[in-house]
Amino acid sequence: MNKGKLQLQRWMRRDTAAALLFLAPSVIGFGIFYAIPFLLGIYESFTDRTMGGAFVGLDNYKELLDSGSFRKAAGNTLLFTAVGVPLLIVTSLGLAMLLNRSLYFRNGLRTAFIIPLVVPVASIVMIWQIFFDWNGTLNAWLNALGKERVDWLQSDWSMGIIVMMYVWKNIGYNMILFLAGLQSIPKDYYETARIEGAGRLRQLFGITLVYLTPTLFFVVLISVINSFKVFRETYLLAGDYPYDRIYMLQHFMNNMFFALDIQKLTAAATLMVGCIVLLVSGMLRVERRFREDME
Amino acid sequence: MQVRKRWVWLPRLALSLWLGSLAILMLVPILLTVTNSLMTEREIGLNYGLLGQMVDTASGGKDAFVNLKILPDWLSLEQYRHVLVLAPKFLRMFWNSAAMVLPIIVGQVAVAALAAYAFAKLRFFGRDKLFLVYLMTMLMPFQVTLVPNYMVIDWLGLMNSEAAIILPGIFGAFGVFMLRQFMAHIPFAYTEAAKMDGAGQWTIFLRIILPLAKPGLAALVVLLFVDYWNMIEQPIIFLQEAARQPLSLYLSYIDKEARGVAFAASVLYMTPMVLLFLYAESYFVEGVQLSGIKG
Repeated sequence: MNKGKLQLQRWMRRDTAAALLFLAPSVIGFGIFYAIPFLLGIYESFTDRTMGGAFVGLDNYKELLDSGSFRKAAGNTLLFTAVGVPLLIVTSLGLAMLLNRSLYFRNGLRTAFIIPLVVPVASIVMIWQIFFDWNGTLNAWLNALGKERVDWLQSDWSMGIIVMMYVWKNIGYNMILFLAGLQSIPKDYYETARIEGAGRLRQLFGITLVYLTPTLFFVVLISVINSFKVFRETYLLAGDYPYDRIYMLQHFMNNMFFALDIQKLTAAATLMVGCIVLLVSGMLRVERRFREDME
Repeated sequence: MQVRKRWVWLPRLALSLWLGSLAILMLVPILLTVTNSLMTEREIGLNYGLLGQMVDTASGGKDAFVNLKILPDWLSLEQYRHVLVLAPKFLRMFWNSAAMVLPIIVGQVAVAALAAYAFAKLRFFGRDKLFLVYLMTMLMPFQVTLVPNYMVIDWLGLMNSEAAIILPGIFGAFGVFMLRQFMAHIPFAYTEAAKMDGAGQWTIFLRIILPLAKPGLAALVVLLFVDYWNMIEQPIIFLQEAARQPLSLYLSYIDKEARGVAFAASVLYMTPMVLLFLYAESYFVEGVQLSGIKG
């Protein structure tokens, strides 16, 4: 008890006053535009009407989970994240390992792989349309090979196309993160492993991946954030109501908003937040355990 | 041993060339946009007129495809002239984008740098918990706080104004996260030494931390520019008036209405982004990399 009080006093004495001043602008703005709205949203999800509605418990959630379009959207978002994020991580790690060797024009190559990140979605969307349209180039090639055309954006292929765009755009960013991680692994670890007769694969799993784990944690966070941004690609390519396969939670929430179905929207938002919080706390726990094991 | 050393360039060259072709493949959509922007409007119409039309395969449309052209028949600046001189609407939208993106960047960098300093270098009660709140918020897609955000914006009387986008942008959590990660790498020895010399927190922040955090700041500027120059989610909710919308949305209309000039508009739209990136590339890479390694 006494010890706790002393500790608290020590904390307070330290930098608290300065910290308050440095944090003030950010915390005030963050509170008004994110934290308070956020809590309001959770509250709304338990009431029957916007602003001052009666408390209805879990009714909104029941209705939400019964709604076919929500289930479709949630399933698609889950599928996209479950496929897209691992795929992006594996490809960008592979690319980083290749670029980490001695190469000619290494800097030029690195630049070329990052460029897609800085090119705005809206300015490249025309080219994607030309490729994937019913009368598009991809179908022209299929036709030349004597095959039937595919309506790429109006079929289950559409999810694959969005995954491809996501990887295309984000591979460079993850690649530079992994490059930094790779370069921080001391070279003599590999030397020692070689002398002890460890093969390539053993080195990959025993050294590279182990020491990349802290980087990996960060890469997963960034990749998840960016996976939500594919809404832009789907919106620009296919509008408010795209083909079923690429109808994401973001579309659902936007459409609920324009339909003024605020209760369903806030319930969906709260569920999504719950999932993200679970994901991040799980990752933090894994990371902490990993760090303790390393020490 | 001698022989191996002499031939070491061969696999290196092979790998470089292979990665080089991969890099060119990545750049194809961008290069095509540039070359197509030099075609005449008539040529664009001839090549891509079939886009988005369902040609009935039974009535002889079997071989009707768009014609993806790599190089124009006739080099022309007609599209650029149309966009820049004949249709001032484009410049207007360009200005709309800039007038929202620049305040967001300046504001977020300033607010986030202050907060990040507190998180990275000051000790205060509840620091790690508060940072976790920022981290979680950063991961949420825009739509999650859509309703409550709308209510707050409405309450502040900012609906249908640029401030509805600029203010939440300034207080976004990403900058705080990224700069804290970066500042955590600056050794305590520097700040401690300054403290010994009697420098206050403000002086330390201004004279020591900010100059050392330059790569982190540069990386943040580029990433914010990428994100907001590209914004779709916010303007479709908060800016109903067409004349106020940013270029990112305008381009999606132009794609359908005036396809002939869309390529030039796209090129003009991506140019500031790409130039900024190329200019700041080495800082950007360093900033991103250090923010990804645990400090």
